[in-house]
Amino acid sequence: MNRSALRRTGQLLLVPILAVCSALLVGAAIMWLFGDNPVAAYYGLWEGAFGSPRAWSTTIRKMTPLMLTGLSVAIAFKAGLFNIGASGQFIMGTVCSVAVGVNFAGLPSVVHLPLALLAGVAGGLFWGAIPGLLKVFTGAHEVIVTIMLNYIASLFAAWTVYAGGTQGQTPGPLWDSTAGAISRTPEVFVSARLPWIVAEPYRVHWGVVIALLVALLSWWIIFKTTLGFSLRTVGTNAKAARYAGMHVHGITILTMMVAGGLAGLAGAIETLGLNHRFAPEFTGGVGFDGITVALLGQTHPLGVILSAFLLGALDAGSARMQFSSGVSVDIIQVIQALVLAFVAAPMIIRQLYRIRKPSDQAESTLFSSRWGRS
Amino acid sequence: MMQRTLRITSYVAILLVLLFVLMTLLVNLTPLGENRWLRIFFSVSALNFTLRASVPLILGALCGILCERTGIVNIGIEGMMLAGAFAAFVAKTSTNDWPLTASLIFGVLVALLVGGLMGLLHATFAIRYRMDQIISGTVLIILAGGISAYLFDRDAVAQGKFGAIAIPGLSQIPVLGEVLFTNPPLTYLALLLVVVIHVGLFSTRWGLRSRACGEHPRAADTVGINVNRLRYMNTVLGGMLAGLAGGFLVLEAVGQFQEGMTAGRGFIALAAMIFGNWMPFGAMSAALLFGYTQALQNELLLAGVTSVPRQFVSMIPYLVTIIAVCGFVGRVRPPAAEGQVYEQESGSE
Repeated sequence: MNRSALRRTGQLLLVPILAVCSALLVGAAIMWLFGDNPVAAYYGLWEGAFGSPRAWSTTIRKMTPLMLTGLSVAIAFKAGLFNIGASGQFIMGTVCSVAVGVNFAGLPSVVHLPLALLAGVAGGLFWGAIPGLLKVFTGAHEVIVTIMLNYIASLFAAWTVYAGGTQGQTPGPLWDSTAGAISRTPEVFVSARLPWIVAEPYRVHWGVVIALLVALLSWWIIFKTTLGFSLRTVGTNAKAARYAGMHVHGITILTMMVAGGLAGLAGAIETLGLNHRFAPEFTGGVGFDGITVALLGQTHPLGVILSAFLLGALDAGSARMQFSSGVSVDIIQVIQALVLAFVAAPMIIRQLYRIRKPSDQAESTLFSSRWGRS
Repeated sequence: MMQRTLRITSYVAILLVLLFVLMTLLVNLTPLGENRWLRIFFSVSALNFTLRASVPLILGALCGILCERTGIVNIGIEGMMLAGAFAAFVAKTSTNDWPLTASLIFGVLVALLVGGLMGLLHATFAIRYRMDQIISGTVLIILAGGISAYLFDRDAVAQGKFGAIAIPGLSQIPVLGEVLFTNPPLTYLALLLVVVIHVGLFSTRWGLRSRACGEHPRAADTVGINVNRLRYMNTVLGGMLAGLAGGFLVLEAVGQFQEGMTAGRGFIALAAMIFGNWMPFGAMSAALLFGYTQALQNELLLAGVTSVPRQFVSMIPYLVTIIAVCGFVGRVRPPAAEGQVYEQESGSE
């Protein structure tokens, strides 16, 4: 790498790094303000994220789905779309992969595992296609549609594992009939599980490798192929793209499908690699965190890897933090919101630290289009 | 063509509303009310629930209208609402030993204040720091969720909530009196605010100026309107309305706070705003429709209908929202300059 390229990378990394530091500082101020000890909290956080091999394995485990949901949001941003629905797509991916994983007993692993993964991708793909199609054909903004689909997906997932009610309601199709009143699926067959890279007690599965490969593949597609070029053009200037003969509607639908597929894959990997079953409480906020991951990574696939690592570490360390310092894990969400605010408005950081803005960068970044037809 | 379609749509809507009122009167005043399904759809309790479920949606939609009419996109209503709800809860629990009314009013005031602060934060991000307004809204949502969970004292209990006030005379009217004129104070306030904001937007100087900022900020600037100051002001006012919606949830509807208790109401309010074509009365009608779907869901569960799984029943409000947004976005028109940063031309300061 020559010197100017090195400098450009440095400039690119400067704002995100300062954003994270500032968010941690403001987070510390908030903790101090409400009578918590920020030093103890951050020490616990560090210990929980990097303090031992066990901690490292947790960080890697936590970053895996974040990488994929982050990519999902980032790719949509590249095409000027705001996929706030990664959590719904994640859930659909989970449900579909479990549906395949708990059926088809006796299938060899080489068939069963890919099939279950593909089912997860398909579930997310389908759930992402809906807002894409609706945007193109009716003009409905993807933000509202994807948010509503998030709620619908979690209700749908809750139904599939529903244990049935006392008034004689029928249980859901994926419910584990040995679980009594607990709503959950049975464990997926061993043939559908992702194998461990490092087994118990570290529990690192091959999902992290898949996620890394997918990130590299996305980088290649976005920056090295015609399709990626069209996608980026649609994102920066849809009108210009249309004049250049690009199929804007097709790209919109395709992007939302790919974004959904990535989030669905995250759900499938999380289930087949780690949880091995689905219960309604597993849904979590991985999809929503994807927004922070994508923006912290400057919507660049390689940046997403780094930011997923960072947010994964925050997530991994939070349990230890609460245990050792008594600071509620919820402070992590506050810090994430601050990170998001600081990376989305680089002006705040520049003014705080008196950094000149690089001449080739526009100051205001508009990621998404407004309501209505664009 | 467009005009005619609109006119036909509104005739159909009026017809449906009349039919609905007729059915309601029949079901509640005649033996037709024996029918279980008719009771689910038209009973007084369903209508009461509709209104109760609609209030936060109405206030949230009004918040959206105020912001967006001046050109600020606000998807953070959900976060503003949650912050308002949490603030109201904290205020209420810390003044439990005050007289009930004083403590409740204090709760409302704190909810307004915190909602206004969230509005100020959004405006500062959007205007001063030129953050993408949709991202800024997302920041508010995550921030409100995080802060309220971090500070939430799970042992705290709010004692008492607003009770219904029957308006003398009017509340004696059969059915109508029970539904419309026997409500707690914030419900009346929300309905009143619809009128106030409609009049404000379309018949006052402030309203004209606000709309000018949302449609053509450069023109507004040329005639001497301080675009960004007006945008700040309206976003703060909008935040206060969303805060009030949160206050309603805690002080009037539920009586307690739960983490994430807004449960998507801010987003449904946003859809009501779009569905209602950025008009206060339109948004109110849409909010009532969404509220009605929530009431249906509730009535179906109460009536013990088990032929449809309850999870599917709970999907109704969200599905209706999607359908509404899809069917109407093409026909409604958002303010033209929405979501764009406005920079004053140099020298005009």
